[in-house]
Amino acid sequence: MCRLALKTASVPFSPFTVLTAMEAMQEGYDGSGLGLLLRGLEFEDYKYNGLDPILSGIAHTEASLFRLNAIMDERGFVLNYDHEFEVDRSKVEAQDRYKYILRVYKQPVSWGTLSKDQVEHELMMTRLALRADGEAHNEDLTAFSLWPNVAMIKEVGWPLGVGEALGLESGRIKARVCMAQGRQNTNWGINLYACHPFFIQGIGTMTNGENTAFIPIKDWLTGKGYPGYLGYQSDSEVFTHILHFVIKQLKLPLQAYKHVITPLKNEELAVHPQGDFLRGLRNVCRRLIIDGPNAVIGTLPDETCMLVMDAKKLRPAMVGGKPGEWAIASEMCGVDAMIPDRDRSKDFQPMREHTVIIPPDRQELEIWSQFNPFLLNQAA
Amino acid sequence: MVSIQSIPSEPGSLTPNDLPWVIEHREERCTLCGRCAAVCPVNTLKLAYMRKRMPKLVLSSAERGSSYKTFVGIRQNTEVNKRCIGCGSCAMVCPNEAIRPVFNDSDRHRFQNTKGGEAPKRGGRRNDPGPSLLDRISFNRISMLTDPALDAGRHEFTMNTLLGRVLPPEEYVRRQMSGEWIPPVREIFPFIIGSMSFGALSPNMWLGLLQGVAYCNEVLGIPVVMATGEGGCPPWVLKSPFLKYIILQIASGYFGWDEIIRAIPEMQCDPAAIEIKYGQGAKPGDGGLLMWFKVSKLIARLRGVPEGVDLPSPPVHQTLYSIEESVMKMIQTMSMAFNFKVPVYPKISGSNSAKSVLNNLVRNPYASALMIDGIDGGTGAAYNISMDATGHPIASNLRECYLDLCAQGKQNEIPLFAAGGVGKNGNVTQNGMALIMLGASGVHMGKFIMQSAAGCLGSERNRCNVCNIGLCPKGITSQNPKLYRRLDPDKVAERVVETFMAIQTEMKKVMAPLGRSQSLPIGMSDALGISDKDVAERLKIRYVC
Repeated sequence: MCRLALKTASVPFSPFTVLTAMEAMQEGYDGSGLGLLLRGLEFEDYKYNGLDPILSGIAHTEASLFRLNAIMDERGFVLNYDHEFEVDRSKVEAQDRYKYILRVYKQPVSWGTLSKDQVEHELMMTRLALRADGEAHNEDLTAFSLWPNVAMIKEVGWPLGVGEALGLESGRIKARVCMAQGRQNTNWGINLYACHPFFIQGIGTMTNGENTAFIPIKDWLTGKGYPGYLGYQSDSEVFTHILHFVIKQLKLPLQAYKHVITPLKNEELAVHPQGDFLRGLRNVCRRLIIDGPNAVIGTLPDETCMLVMDAKKLRPAMVGGKPGEWAIASEMCGVDAMIPDRDRSKDFQPMREHTVIIPPDRQELEIWSQFNPFLLNQAA
Repeated sequence: MVSIQSIPSEPGSLTPNDLPWVIEHREERCTLCGRCAAVCPVNTLKLAYMRKRMPKLVLSSAERGSSYKTFVGIRQNTEVNKRCIGCGSCAMVCPNEAIRPVFNDSDRHRFQNTKGGEAPKRGGRRNDPGPSLLDRISFNRISMLTDPALDAGRHEFTMNTLLGRVLPPEEYVRRQMSGEWIPPVREIFPFIIGSMSFGALSPNMWLGLLQGVAYCNEVLGIPVVMATGEGGCPPWVLKSPFLKYIILQIASGYFGWDEIIRAIPEMQCDPAAIEIKYGQGAKPGDGGLLMWFKVSKLIARLRGVPEGVDLPSPPVHQTLYSIEESVMKMIQTMSMAFNFKVPVYPKISGSNSAKSVLNNLVRNPYASALMIDGIDGGTGAAYNISMDATGHPIASNLRECYLDLCAQGKQNEIPLFAAGGVGKNGNVTQNGMALIMLGASGVHMGKFIMQSAAGCLGSERNRCNVCNIGLCPKGITSQNPKLYRRLDPDKVAERVVETFMAIQTEMKKVMAPLGRSQSLPIGMSDALGISDKDVAERLKIRYVC
């Protein structure tokens, strides 16, 4: 079983804090790997403007690093900052990690005329080109994300050990949002792409639990022909893509995600103020209904964080914190490790109808119930 | 030795032993009541006085000689059209279990059943007994550890499916925002009572089915729908609130549509859907066939034809030039007739060309679904050769179509419905769920529901199968009041309800171990396995052994 931890704070913090939460929950997972997503970044030795795209990945060989450079150069990216991890190789299980990539690029000048959507598309296509290049060369290049203000790290090993191996405790990297997950996909064999969190166009999610409806959902997403809907080394990657589909393609608000993955029943829709719209939405998104047991934790480009459950089986996950900093974890001890000095009586464990939303201002939790209406203004 | 000329033997002469069913009569139990002979639908039985010699074993020549005993025995008619059909009505009425038909696998009647140059016709389905391919599929993806199994008895399950054109989500949101037309979509139970016409079925059978369907919907909350088949619908049903449980079929003979069109202004609700029949699994390339035996006064009135004439529908819809045009125009016309509020979809027979029909429908914004009927589909009347040898098995046909839709990302937009042999050996839920996981949104079952709800005696060993001549011993497919009064509509309704309740429970028993409860597992092919490598490869499911 996976253990998940997310911390979001107005003041950037070291991702190591979140790894201590993973350590607190160690009895609940096999510790076979670590996946990290950092957002709202600060570097000790570089003043980052928050707008330039950051590339995260691993070059497993020297040759793959050359190819990576060539691909980025060819597209007109200019390297601004190359974060050198202080790697303790003795603590890394895998022996084929030539270089952990965390680089800030200046976006190509030629993109200056592109719209925001087009830039986002180009960023995704560049990441996919890097990924495809790695796949064509015996998986010697792994590209996790290419996006402003987002960095990702995935590695095999005990989470805290991976953090130490990469020198994360030094505080050279800080972030306002950190998502961590403590397991490689041990169901099907190790593949770095199979490790949560998953990322597409600024949207990241990680999931606790198995996805029994994986194949029909995967078939449907793949059939959309959207270039970013690929991979699926893990059954949980579809949760990220569904969120992307709801927000970016359907342009519906975050609340609609819950209605897509766990729609209400007929008798509930009959008394819902948006019942007609939602019934239709349920029909058209029928192939995206999940069947649990899942807790989905995600973050959006504006640093909104969220937590939702499946409709029935419910994986453990809870949220707690105080104005300015909030934590979501699979277990209470995980929340304790991240924010010990909070009012625990206000901790909240969502039920099947809830979406917990931590807005970017981080002042208070929004616990939104599916039975309540939501604004459709984004789509109008 | 007796010379052969003294025995009445012609090329077509048969003995009881040459027939597919042989009557076994136990004289010592027989009470001579005569019920068996009276009930036999084909008059094959005759009680006859017979005489047998009783030899005496005595040594003295003065007492030698034979005595004779007269007894009443059964004579079985050996004429082809009066052969025993194995229905077992005789056994059913016998007070002493003195008589029964026994299956005879050295049947020679099949070489002689072309008397008068008539090719054999019958009802039923393909005479191919034994486990079907669907029977051999098992559900293998069991949730146990990382995903605990569900409790079939206590959890809530969402098992309904959609019938109707489903928009792509982006288009749905756009149309909602701009107030445009959203195609009608029905939420129905995925096991559907398939097309059986009012004409093929007796009035009592039809009434029983409808009562059962109404009970499922209104009392149990199981949204079962049933299809009429060609031949219209009784006017009182058209004007009743039960119409919403009925899929009206229009086929190439257009029988019954005068009544339907006239009834539109008086309809209290819309029908569940309109099915345009282009083909059926039991007799692909053939139109419907209602033989003269069954064209009673009522049926003649309903269909607007004279009494007692054969009613063969043409193989294709004659009104239009090309099939593409026909499909397009008929779908649009029917949609318009019902004010764009009723899903309209075509039914075709399983065929190598099913995919091209499907791709036409994908491009037609009014097409609501595609129903494919495989070679094992049943019928009330067809030529033997059509039923046995013509058509395409449903599993691979459906799977191909589903995967084709997947490749286009349109598997949620045009629901596929499958039929043809669902429940052939009684495993209706298993067969249906296998098809659903191969990609069907639902399945139609006709023969199974006749067997389950009304005790139809037909089997794939050619038992009974005389639906075509109106002599149904159970009164299911007869228009003769003497026969159909045997069938109590209330009892049929009860059995319909029991059948659907059991299917519902079995669906939960399939879905729960797979960890599915929130939606029908359409296309969940990772759950399926079969111990046949070639089939596994063809259907793109797991090979298990």
